[in-house]
Amino acid sequence: MTMAARALPPGAGALVSVALVPPATRLSFRGGPDAAEACAAAFGCDLPRRACRAAATEARAALWLGPDEWLLLAPEAETAALVAAIGAGLAAVPHALVDVSHRQVGFAIAGTQAATLLNTGCPLDLDPAAFPVGMCTRTVLAKCDVALWRRGVDLFRLEVNRSFADYVAGYLRVAERGLG
Amino acid sequence: MLLIPCPFCGPRPELEFRNAGHAHVTRNPAVDDPAWAETLFFRDNPKGIMAERWRHVSGCGRFFNVLRDTVSDAILASYKAGEPRPDVPLPGPEGEAPRIGAGDEVAP
Ligand SMILES: [Zn+2]
Repeated sequence: MTMAARALPPGAGALVSVALVPPATRLSFRGGPDAAEACAAAFGCDLPRRACRAAATEARAALWLGPDEWLLLAPEAETAALVAAIGAGLAAVPHALVDVSHRQVGFAIAGTQAATLLNTGCPLDLDPAAFPVGMCTRTVLAKCDVALWRRGVDLFRLEVNRSFADYVAGYLRVAERGLG
Repeated sequence: MLLIPCPFCGPRPELEFRNAGHAHVTRNPAVDDPAWAETLFFRDNPKGIMAERWRHVSGCGRFFNVLRDTVSDAILASYKAGEPRPDVPLPGPEGEAPRIGAGDEVAP
């Protein structure tokens, strides 16, 4: 856990907090419309067909990342069961399903200044009118490829490749100071 | 920074993209060496409207095509890979008139 300890920013600010999210099941799913439909049935959560939108139930989420690509999120313990269930449900449908649970680290960024903090290094328009709740996308944060998902007006989830997590956490820590 | 309209994700900052060069290059291997070299290595460099490939690499990951005015950097059209080059470019983002025929471009 030394990695997690080093990657955790203080997040003590009242305006914005940055915290690691618990380990999770992450699956990269790719396939056509038929595969997406079958996958949604096996996964228990819709796979959004609309660009840059996420669908979520209590325990699962599916993030549109590309016209044939989704990131599926679920509780950590369900990896093997989900891979088996989706594999069985799509036995006859061409698709790609890859377990990337440990490839990424998730950050929760919360607070009234959450969008401002992200915008110090991300060029997207994060106004709720342009980037509403439920929108998700891959983008860049301080030159680092990330996936960003707005879960609430003041709540974002950031998925960062593990090898960049330290860098991103450090970047956010420094940027946070600038918010005063 | 350019604001590039991805046909899938909408307008996005240039940082998320990689330019991938000349669009609509037709492969024709059934020719002699000089012509094949033309196909492989020789590209237009128009002063004016150019069709070029871009990849939304830090986004949806897709390649698509863009009509860009190399003089003003105005992006006149954006369309999915495989779609034909639009005949009439749309007006530029800042209301600039399209510079049709401004360069030495060759029709694809
Ligand atoms: Zn895109």
